[in-house]
Amino acid sequence: MTTPLLNLDKVSKLYKRGGLLGREEFRAVEEVTFHIDDNDQQVFTIIGESGSGKTTLARMILNMVRPTTGTIFFKGQDLASIRSGRARLKFMSEVQPIFQNPFEAFNPLKRVDRYLYMTAKSFTGARSSAELEAAADQALNKVGLSIGEVRGRFPHELSGGQLQRVAIARALIPGPSLIVADEPVSMVDASLRMSIVNLFRTLRDELKVSIIYITHDLATAYYISDRIIIMRKGEVVESGPARIVLENPQHEYSRLLKSAVLSPDPHGHGVLTGDSAASQQARASPHLQVSSSEPQVS
Amino acid sequence: MTQSSASSVRDSSHVLETHDLRAYYRMKYFGIDREVRAVDGISMHVRKNEIYGIAGESSCGKTTFIKAIAAAIRPPLEIVAGHVNYSFIKNDLYALPAAERSAIRWRHLSYILQGSMNVLNPVRRIHKTFQDFAFRHMRLGRPEFDQAVKHHLERLRLPAEILRAYPHELSGGMRQRVCIALATLCKPEFIIADEPTTALDVVVQKDVLAMIRETQSEFGSSMIFVTHDLTVHANVTDRLGIMYAGKLVEEGRTVDVFANPMHPYTAHLIASLPKIGDTQPRSALSGSPPNLADPPKGCRFHPRCPVAMEICRHENPALTTLADDHRVACFAASTKVQPSNDGMQGEAKTLEVAR
Repeated sequence: MTTPLLNLDKVSKLYKRGGLLGREEFRAVEEVTFHIDDNDQQVFTIIGESGSGKTTLARMILNMVRPTTGTIFFKGQDLASIRSGRARLKFMSEVQPIFQNPFEAFNPLKRVDRYLYMTAKSFTGARSSAELEAAADQALNKVGLSIGEVRGRFPHELSGGQLQRVAIARALIPGPSLIVADEPVSMVDASLRMSIVNLFRTLRDELKVSIIYITHDLATAYYISDRIIIMRKGEVVESGPARIVLENPQHEYSRLLKSAVLSPDPHGHGVLTGDSAASQQARASPHLQVSSSEPQVS
Repeated sequence: MTQSSASSVRDSSHVLETHDLRAYYRMKYFGIDREVRAVDGISMHVRKNEIYGIAGESSCGKTTFIKAIAAAIRPPLEIVAGHVNYSFIKNDLYALPAAERSAIRWRHLSYILQGSMNVLNPVRRIHKTFQDFAFRHMRLGRPEFDQAVKHHLERLRLPAEILRAYPHELSGGMRQRVCIALATLCKPEFIIADEPTTALDVVVQKDVLAMIRETQSEFGSSMIFVTHDLTVHANVTDRLGIMYAGKLVEEGRTVDVFANPMHPYTAHLIASLPKIGDTQPRSALSGSPPNLADPPKGCRFHPRCPVAMEICRHENPALTTLADDHRVACFAASTKVQPSNDGMQGEAKTLEVAR
């Protein structure tokens, strides 16, 4: 049996909040277990609304946050055992992140190409500027850009879609086997969204990179993912092959999510008033739809 | 006196009319003039009791257009030409003195903005925010005002407790609902909604959209609804205008636009929407939106257009009515589309700046 690429075993994260008085605990992620196989590259999607623990889970996979209980294995190695700088660097070259908002991910005062060079310097061992540029150009080519378009540019000079592709190119420089993309398209325009999503597909098929795609958009999730888990308040409520889960959701919450997806087929006037009864009820309910991470108003 | 312009005879059922509206950002750095034509000749109208959607990618001038119709103009943005007429004011919006203009705001013309976190003052309780926004427009005594706010929240089925809460105590969806309540408190004739649900997740988004729709039909307000997400437009708006690079390229009833998109840009946008239950590969449009400081000559879409012809490189298509209530600016759509002398005009006129 081969060791899976990534294996999460009953991973939980507990945040403690408050001072001496009124200390409370908040379970961000609760006993999440899943694995991604090594020999079968796939787009693995994590779906959930805000406050469902998606981002905490991503941070734990990136080894930025330690789980309170449970273990995460990457290629058989326990992430908690990574201590030395060298081991960390090796891990980082295998697992790379892409963040939500490309305008915030890049420092507005730094030129975009510097991020590429810095990554190339740390991970590929390239030293001369020609080598660095070659490494950056190679990565940019994979995402449909070239170094000429990026060289010397500041983030505000590139469009959101371009910036997000530069972010993906940066993540590709070390030659990772896993990319963790936390809501990579939610800040990108609808017209550019498909170009990013199609890019993930190409990465999976041609570069053999597995992708953890975190989103709340069920339509794009259906479009690209192979497997899917649906999270709610830190717990996995449903998991399985993406198409099967999304076409025929079993859990009540998954059904709710699916029913909330707006269909692009136009009905014109007054469509949304049809199910106002449900939303009226939701609004009239005593809890103020305060998400679980925030204190209740009484 | 009504600003009379040749083509638009003012119809009482039109709440908003713009005619050839041009708003440019004009900058002068180191002696070099730079002109960004963010809104370049938009003529449209919004009828009474309808939701008019505006779609387009970022940097296509959507937000500038909103600023122009709300008279929220700050340098370097300037209104270079055109008229904005509302049914509730006699003159052109820009012909009004500043004091009268600010008296219209919130009472007749209000906004729902994108980041509800940034609209609500984080250090004031919600009821204070209601006072800050609306008290002087309502012209009521303090007790009557408080009563009106409570009554209004009741009508929108929001719990009254939120008045005592601080913004950070409410969830994102709740904050956006508070913003909608704020915007509709004075029962304005016209509401501008700028990406009101973009930061929300799907379940909350649906509820907020339903609330916007209900509120709008209850109070009979007209509304401009801006978002780049076409699925939202499909579910909320009555009529839809597609903007590209500062111009309106297609406009029609939402149902017609979706069923029969005539402009290649619209057709592409609609075809690229992913759907559950459909895994066909969808192509993305290549290229990036043009730089508005130096737009391409001719039709602004032609460098990215799959059906571009020779004429597109030189001439700018005029927005032409091709079907009932359906206007398109594309030479490929029909031979009826004539070149407009728009582009020339922009250069020729060194226009008087409307204030």
